[in-house]
Amino acid sequence: MKTLGRYISPGWFLVAPFLLLVAAFYLGPILNILWLSFTDPVPGVGNYRELYESDALVRIIWTTVRVCIVTTVFSVLLGYVIAYAMVHAHENKRNLMLGFVLVSFWISILVRTFSWLMLLGRNGLVNNAFETIGIVSEPIAFMRNELGVLIGMVHYMVPYAVLPLLVNMQTLDMRVMNASRNLGASGTQTFWRIYLPLTTPGLVASTLLVFILSLGFYVTPAVLGGGKVLMVAEYIYVQLLVTLQWGTAAMLAALMLFGVLGLLYVMSRFMKLSTVFGGTAS
Amino acid sequence: MASPVPTQGNLNIRDLSKKFGDFLAVDKVNLKIEKGEFLTLLGPSGSGKTTLLMMIAGFLDITAGDIDLDGASIANIPAEKRNFGMVFQGYALFPHMTVRENIGYALSVRKRPVSEIKARVDEMLDLVQLQDFADRKPGQLSGGQQQRVALARALSFAPPVLLLDEPLGALDKKLRVEVQDQLKDIHDRIGTTFIYVTHDQEEALSMSDRIVIMRDGRTEQVGTPLELYEKPESRFVASFLGKSNFLEQPDGLYALRPEKIDICAAGTGAGPARLTGTVRSITYFGSMLRVIVDIAGGTEVEVDVDSWRINTPLSKGQKVDLTWSDAASVKLARG
Repeated sequence: MKTLGRYISPGWFLVAPFLLLVAAFYLGPILNILWLSFTDPVPGVGNYRELYESDALVRIIWTTVRVCIVTTVFSVLLGYVIAYAMVHAHENKRNLMLGFVLVSFWISILVRTFSWLMLLGRNGLVNNAFETIGIVSEPIAFMRNELGVLIGMVHYMVPYAVLPLLVNMQTLDMRVMNASRNLGASGTQTFWRIYLPLTTPGLVASTLLVFILSLGFYVTPAVLGGGKVLMVAEYIYVQLLVTLQWGTAAMLAALMLFGVLGLLYVMSRFMKLSTVFGGTAS
Repeated sequence: MASPVPTQGNLNIRDLSKKFGDFLAVDKVNLKIEKGEFLTLLGPSGSGKTTLLMMIAGFLDITAGDIDLDGASIANIPAEKRNFGMVFQGYALFPHMTVRENIGYALSVRKRPVSEIKARVDEMLDLVQLQDFADRKPGQLSGGQQQRVALARALSFAPPVLLLDEPLGALDKKLRVEVQDQLKDIHDRIGTTFIYVTHDQEEALSMSDRIVIMRDGRTEQVGTPLELYEKPESRFVASFLGKSNFLEQPDGLYALRPEKIDICAAGTGAGPARLTGTVRSITYFGSMLRVIVDIAGGTEVEVDVDSWRINTPLSKGQKVDLTWSDAASVKLARG
């Protein structure tokens, strides 16, 4: 021990069990997936070559990215407005609003997805009402298409967008906004030149969070897309359990993993990620 | 500084009140502030001084009364149109902007040409001696430097009135004295009306042309530092501004400053003693001694003596005579 301790900081001995745990149950499976993506069914880069050769695969990835980007834009915009309203509301109202955000946070994604079907489906509440009033003759196709997927995903993601923004906005010193007004800036000028730049860390955090979570969405596209909007997660499921092409599934999983890591790397070039994830800006 | 002396800056505050719910934070304050004056609002926390300042700045609505600037009411002009400079408590600098951008902000939102902004910012950097720090962010500056950036930013658009909300509160004592001198110097040079909020009586005494003592939302007494210190009208003013003994006389209550009392061993004074008593405690402060004397009948009197004046050392329990001149004690108009 004594000789070892000379070269290794004793702190490492304390974290060693947990490091081993992480390695065994987290890094191990990930490496296994990487390994599979290069070896199943035959060794080589065959799985990755599919990305060039298969139009279907490219279409699925493109759909996924498109849906995720649109989801992220709408969720973060809505989240920004909600967080802003919460921060500037009276304390009682703020707690009420936070309650609503958290309740939708806690309700199962299955329940939320199926309630959208009840509301917006062909025979749902909204279409029935419209038809009875006579606004439309044919039911509006809200569901079983990309629009349905987007509605469901944005609805699910808004709380995730709100929370980082809320934390960020709550730490702002409102005297700075007063100072801006005192110096002659209008409300609009204060927002664009002071408020928005100071909430950028929260915006980036919630954008990253929503986008990364959206990439792995499975239930909502499967149910609300009605099989017409095939996204990567659902495709991986099919490859794993239906067609048993584990190599393709592993390749897609690896692709998403490195896509996310790449995204984080690019973001880290523009700003300190530690400030985004709760650290303080210097 | 090249900019002309402002032609404006006369403020007239008339019957100004502010209510928060049932709480009357400012209660019918009347105040005339002269162009170029250095006026201090002094009072304990909760006395309404910051509320009054925030109403002048336009951040708080007025419940009743009015504020005139050079004869015209500004009560309905929003904060961003009032053109009053302000140094905030904690400075409220823009953390994502450099010193240069902070100081140039007011002109930039007024869409002034870039060359004019640069020239003005350079001028302001000279004024507060921060030429070498123009490209730093506020987070990279010391407290004193941040305070100077806040001052330069507030003065950048040559406001007729500068409002300062406890601007030195975050600085340590030694730095505070230094910055007080700089502030006073800048005030003398630019001739802007300064309205300064503080709870520090020394700061108020050393910097102001006039002081407004505030208590429970009302103005307790207004006057020059000398007037307030020498002729306090109430017990509150006498004890808030410096220290004071209070003596009950047949014709009313008198205030008597501790440093205006002569103390000597019983029977050794030149004339008859006004009071006699027993020394309860002696505290040594270097340049002076603070002696607490118990007077027969239960009162105590505090005496501050220059250390060098004491020929024969005093000791606890000693009988002493206290004397003072007639002018030293001040009859209080109000309790």
